[in-house]
Amino acid sequence: MVLLMFLALVAIAIVRIRDLFAVTMLSGIFSFLAAGLYMVLDAVDVSFTEAAVGAGVTTVFFLATLRCSVRVEKAEHSPTRSNRWLALLPVLVTGAALIYGMSDAPLLGDANAPAHGEVAQRYIQQGPVEVGVPNMVTAVLASYRGFDTLGETAVIFTAGMAVLLILGIQETPHNLLGRTANDHHLVLRVVTKTLLPFILMFALYVQFHGDYGAGGGFQAGVIFATGFILYDLVFGGADSRQVIPSRSLVFGAAFGVFLYGGVGVYSVFKGRSFLDYSVLAKDPIAAQHLGILLIELGIGITVFSVLLLIFFSLSGKRCLPCLKP
Amino acid sequence: MSETLGHFNYWLVVVLMMTGMYVVIAHHNLIKKLIGLSIFQTSVFIFYISMGKVDNGSVPILVEGVELYSNPLPHVLILTAIVVGVATSAVGLALVVRIREAYGSTEEDELNDQDIKQHREERGGCRK
Repeated sequence: MVLLMFLALVAIAIVRIRDLFAVTMLSGIFSFLAAGLYMVLDAVDVSFTEAAVGAGVTTVFFLATLRCSVRVEKAEHSPTRSNRWLALLPVLVTGAALIYGMSDAPLLGDANAPAHGEVAQRYIQQGPVEVGVPNMVTAVLASYRGFDTLGETAVIFTAGMAVLLILGIQETPHNLLGRTANDHHLVLRVVTKTLLPFILMFALYVQFHGDYGAGGGFQAGVIFATGFILYDLVFGGADSRQVIPSRSLVFGAAFGVFLYGGVGVYSVFKGRSFLDYSVLAKDPIAAQHLGILLIELGIGITVFSVLLLIFFSLSGKRCLPCLKP
Repeated sequence: MSETLGHFNYWLVVVLMMTGMYVVIAHHNLIKKLIGLSIFQTSVFIFYISMGKVDNGSVPILVEGVELYSNPLPHVLILTAIVVGVATSAVGLALVVRIREAYGSTEEDELNDQDIKQHREERGGCRK
């Protein structure tokens, strides 16, 4: 409950503060508080994702955009008094309606709430038996609702392609190679170099241990991308692009979706329904394991490639001088 | 648990959601609007996760001797939604960068002014 109050306070601060840099930092704190709240509400996988995505990647994306934009929201354009009341009116009416509707909602933590009905009970009771994976979230994500997750992966791929089409990636000239962006920050560079292998190792652990503990392809892809983004921020763009050229990232983004869809099509060719893993091995549990491993790998590769691509196109953009109207 | 405490999460969700909506409606800066949108999104996530909570329930990872688990289904839905959310807001940011390149501003009313001005000039050009 304390976390919720903090969340509300931070949200109000975001509304009031006009400095966009501060607002971006506050939204990072907001995400981090939300991650803590998910943890309290038993959603470890979600908390994991929110901490990696919301507090890490999103903040960096917003900062990369701010670099090319005006840092302070203009005072004369911020809402005037009459405007503010006009905007508050629909907000208050909608809010009151929602609160009125909430009064019929089941109480928090009620085990007999309709949301915990038949489907959820089956996932909890049969999931570990049928899929053979202790983490029920992974079982539902990769096996029961595999088709759904294929759609989500395709959306992420599409979003990455949309950013590429809008901005494109500007290749950094070769004479910038080896020139560090922060020549003075020795501590940052040393710490980054020490941390980097551990970040990447942790990402791989999360990727392949997702069946047993919290984690999976989505989180692993994000963490792997975070490692590269950190390197890029500290050592400058040209070096990290030597390690992974953007062409292979585009290939990787497509390959992840292809791998996922390929597993589905393979099972169709074997005469079963789409994404039925039982064709992959004789033992049904082993087949489930193999299927989940493959599609989580596909998710991880796509998420990693897309996030890094987006970061490269947002940060590699050369800022044009401001055109005064 | 009393009625008030049981609904406290949901009330705060509504407050956060309305805060996000207010930012989207009232503020003119495009980046601020996107941040408002992400507050709105997070409030929906909190709503789902709150619905999945079961009193005295455990984290939905199978452990010997634990019978009661929280509902894993909302967790799955929200987990994917978070990653999709960052990808889609990145598309929004890319559009903001392009708009800034084309107009030199990220304030909505300045964009409007420029559009109106350009439109008038074009109409004026046609009459000649």
